[in-house]
Amino acid sequence: MLIIILRRLGQSILVLFLVALISFLIFRFVGNPVDNLMGQEATLAQRAALEEALGLNDALYKQYFDFVWRAIHFDFGNSYRGALPVAELIASRLPATLELALTSALFAMVFGVITGIYTAIKRGGFIANLILSTSLIGVSLPTFLIGVLLIWLFAVELRWLPSFGRGEVVTLGWWTTGFLTVSGLKSLILPSITLGLYQLTLIMRLTRSEMLEVLRQDYVRFAKALGLSNRQVHFNHALPNTLVPVITIAGLQLGSIVAFAIITESVFQWPGVGLLFINAVYFVDIPVMSAYLLLVGVLFVFINLLVDLLYLAIDPRLRDSQLNGEG
Amino acid sequence: MFHKLLLTAAAIAASTVTVSAETIRWARAGDSITMDPHAQNEGATHALAHQIYDTLLQRDMSGSIIPSLALNWEALADNPNIWRLKLREGVTFHDGSAFDSEDVVFSLNRAMADGSEMKELLSSVKDVRAFDALTVDIETNGANPLLVNNLTNMFMMDKGWATANDVLTPHDVAKNETNFATMNTNGTGAFVLVSRSVDEKTVLTANPNYWGKDIYPNKVTDIIYTPIQSAATRVAALLSGEVDIIQDVPVQDLNRVSSTDGLAVATAAQNRVVFFGLDTVEGPTSNLKVRQAMNIAINRDAIKKIVMREQSDPTGVIMPPFVNGWTEELNQYPDYNVDAAKALMSEAGFANGFDITLNCPNDRYVNDEAICQAAVGMMARIGVNVTLDAKPKAQHFPIAKGGDADFYMLGWGVPTFDSHYIFNYLVHTQTDKRGSWNPTGYSNADVDAMIVSLESETNLAARDATIAKIWAAVQDAQMYLPIHNQVLNWGMKSNINFDVQPEDQPHFQFLTFN
Amino acid sequence: MNRFLDSDFFHDFLRAPVALISFCVVLILILSAVFAQFIAPTNPFDPASLELMNGFTPPLEANMFTGEVFLLGTDDQGRDLFSAILYGLRISLFVGLMAVTLAMVLGVMLGLIAGYVGGWLDNLIMRLADIQMTFPSILIAMLIFGVARGLLPPELRYEMAITVLIISIGLSEWVPFARTVRGSTMVEKEKEYIAAARLIGLNRWQIMIRHILPNVLGPVLVIATITFALAIIAEATLSFLGVGAPRTEPSLGTLIRVGQDYLFSGEWWILLFPALTLLALALAVNLLGDWLRDTLNPRLK
Repeated sequence: MLIIILRRLGQSILVLFLVALISFLIFRFVGNPVDNLMGQEATLAQRAALEEALGLNDALYKQYFDFVWRAIHFDFGNSYRGALPVAELIASRLPATLELALTSALFAMVFGVITGIYTAIKRGGFIANLILSTSLIGVSLPTFLIGVLLIWLFAVELRWLPSFGRGEVVTLGWWTTGFLTVSGLKSLILPSITLGLYQLTLIMRLTRSEMLEVLRQDYVRFAKALGLSNRQVHFNHALPNTLVPVITIAGLQLGSIVAFAIITESVFQWPGVGLLFINAVYFVDIPVMSAYLLLVGVLFVFINLLVDLLYLAIDPRLRDSQLNGEG
Repeated sequence: MFHKLLLTAAAIAASTVTVSAETIRWARAGDSITMDPHAQNEGATHALAHQIYDTLLQRDMSGSIIPSLALNWEALADNPNIWRLKLREGVTFHDGSAFDSEDVVFSLNRAMADGSEMKELLSSVKDVRAFDALTVDIETNGANPLLVNNLTNMFMMDKGWATANDVLTPHDVAKNETNFATMNTNGTGAFVLVSRSVDEKTVLTANPNYWGKDIYPNKVTDIIYTPIQSAATRVAALLSGEVDIIQDVPVQDLNRVSSTDGLAVATAAQNRVVFFGLDTVEGPTSNLKVRQAMNIAINRDAIKKIVMREQSDPTGVIMPPFVNGWTEELNQYPDYNVDAAKALMSEAGFANGFDITLNCPNDRYVNDEAICQAAVGMMARIGVNVTLDAKPKAQHFPIAKGGDADFYMLGWGVPTFDSHYIFNYLVHTQTDKRGSWNPTGYSNADVDAMIVSLESETNLAARDATIAKIWAAVQDAQMYLPIHNQVLNWGMKSNINFDVQPEDQPHFQFLTFN
Repeated sequence: MNRFLDSDFFHDFLRAPVALISFCVVLILILSAVFAQFIAPTNPFDPASLELMNGFTPPLEANMFTGEVFLLGTDDQGRDLFSAILYGLRISLFVGLMAVTLAMVLGVMLGLIAGYVGGWLDNLIMRLADIQMTFPSILIAMLIFGVARGLLPPELRYEMAITVLIISIGLSEWVPFARTVRGSTMVEKEKEYIAAARLIGLNRWQIMIRHILPNVLGPVLVIATITFALAIIAEATLSFLGVGAPRTEPSLGTLIRVGQDYLFSGEWWILLFPALTLLALALAVNLLGDWLRDTLNPRLK
């Protein structure tokens, strides 16, 4: 057991090194940061001096190792845009993204599971088919368009909901939350729907097929034969078995939600790490881009590791196969 | 019943929206990069700085220089190398300490220090001295009759505060450091910084001890500034009443905004010209006839009508009308003439055209990418097969500057309102001191000498004559294809009275309500 | 052919109106994209043919300067929208198709190898899949685009935009194929006919391709259909982030990105028609995928 955990940890660290390498290399080539740091009046000599000072003239491998070494110490340097420490910048933006991701995940989960169960139980029914078909619209339009359309309808035409930002936020230590104010909660609605629609469809379909699969199992038929009501069968026996894979997949999708937040955040001017990242890309703000990628990498590796370990804890049979390398 | 409920709800909504008539919720596309007033020379950064910090001199809406922290200014009669400025009395910083000549000496020196982006504007300054507590002498290397033009974006800081917080120089990105002034301020301006969250929200409140209290209207008590990058979202926020004033209204939405109840658009010519640059050394564009052909192949009127929706001012020279040296003749743009352009192409030996890449920004100027796209079509008609490469400004500028580009778009604002600023960066041969934005390869020793001579010519008539000569040379060489001067549009609640400032810098102490 | 017409599959198809309609929609869209140059009244990719003064002409109305009339109106550059949509559809379909093909070939190959050979190779491939899964497609696409931008010369960079799109979408979608094929392969290889094939001396590759592959094609087809819709949407999303097809040769996604700027200004057609086309295409493909899955997986019927 310990060996497996250690091995997985080792693999994870290797992955992180790889991520660091990729992120470092790629963004080294996107553009020249010097032009962003200097105004339109800078002379050529000033530019050369800045290139030298930033270490952009060092050998690439040296720049990489410097980068990793500092990253281990949470030192990602200063943002080229605004000169604030990157670690601080990301820490201040993380709550916004996490609250948005969490809300949309919850939204997708709750509505996805409910509609998934409904469409499974009422398989072939008119409403069930309607739900299934219309849900596909959510995955048949690009996210940014859904966001803009929601703004147009609910902010401009109906004026029910805000079109941008987080509303009023409350500061709790280093965390800022929009959960505690009315405007904060209202501001969450449109971005969460935009971000969660895709996951909702996914979860709904997954729940439906898992549920159908479970309903076919012998023990469910047996329970029905015993005279248990449909309701009891569906919710006491079928549902719990359905939810395990659904929650697993939903958990793994959390990473994808964080990544797709880039688009939602730039449509809604949501002050999270996604907006930070896209601005960094446009600004060729290399330290921020690298740190963001590392952050995403760490997040994903952590989630994967957690899911793996949970499985190990739940299902002892997997332990042997893990050891045999059939993960 | 239902209607009544709805009305009540609307009334409540309306009353919460206008918590206080004096709070202004203001949005524009980009956020300020830093609160340090000398670290960046960039519009959005200056926009916030202008609320918090003051300059010695300022420009009124017509562009003339008027007093701010300095009451009067003149070059000494016996020594034209020295400008003497009399400062305003009784001005205090936000923290209560008094403003005096020592602060001016400190601030100007800070603006000239390493890490400052403002230092180029003060490159002619030799020394700054306090004559007495409220008088400052600025000595230049040789006479500089136009020095005061460079002081309108030069912000004044408190020496004592800067010393106490160890921000004696602007933060130097090259040294990978950050400083207290990046997020904290202490100015003499009309507004005090309350809180700031980058890319999200900056809150300012009126300065109770503002020196201009009785001079300007000062109707605004609080400012909530939010950058909104997406154009559609920015307009949506104005249309839905979530913000009171936005800069950078997309030209296609002007009608929608001005026809919406309770909203209005204010318009003014901007001090910024947009143009294409061409490589004069290599490739087909090194041929003057080709450059001339391309110039008359651009249908400036169509760009104005369709792409800019009338919100531009086509021009034949890369100089906004505000600038000293501008004339009606220079501004005349050539007629759009495809046949004449084709004839020129044949004369140049390119009857079958050629291939070229157009480098274009897509987030810098009004409809920049669309203008470039229109140019691709216009060039195609004279056989020039253009590949359009549009990128964010941060990736575009290195190309537009480094000399890699054969054909590129650039816009140029002239903060000094003088032709020399244009010549020094765009016309002078590219050296390590000058011509840093002239990648066209244009190089003319006579013109270079004339540009340098402008810096110390005290006879204004002779100076203007030299400027005219340089412009003639520039027009003949045709390394730039002027397109238009931009027009500024601010969208705002119709109960707001606010003139659009030609440098796109709102000064909220001037704002009044109807 | 007759066997196909008699098959359950075909009969099911005829009895499912949704599938039938979806299929027709996809077919019509594909055909109009393929024959775009014969259907479209103008060539929207030819800049010399564009007349800027035709810009913003509403559908079926005469332009106030030139008097020209356009079926679906024109965009901001005076480009005939109907033609632009047909040509844009071609790019979107091409990107989707090639990306799916790439993802499928890569995923099926790796899945077969992982499932059949097993051992450390299997472990390696599946770890690779895990890593791949940790990075969502748009992030990967932005990374690949970043590299391409930095490494390619400017002239090539533009021609390569489409190729880069295909590679980045394709590379980020191979995992579902690999996982499915691996699973099926592990089941199939234990069956007796494989043992028999081994006995008569067929080598690994022959067995994998001739005997195992046909048996896992069903689920692969389902995944391919859904991935195809995904790829088309991904292309549009990447265009929004500024890494898609150029505005001078717009795909559907680029047309939508440009069109959304005119949502508030009253020029609704610039957004509506490209968006409806994309919606129709992606929805039809998704519905087909749904039907395919239900049909090929009889247990769910």
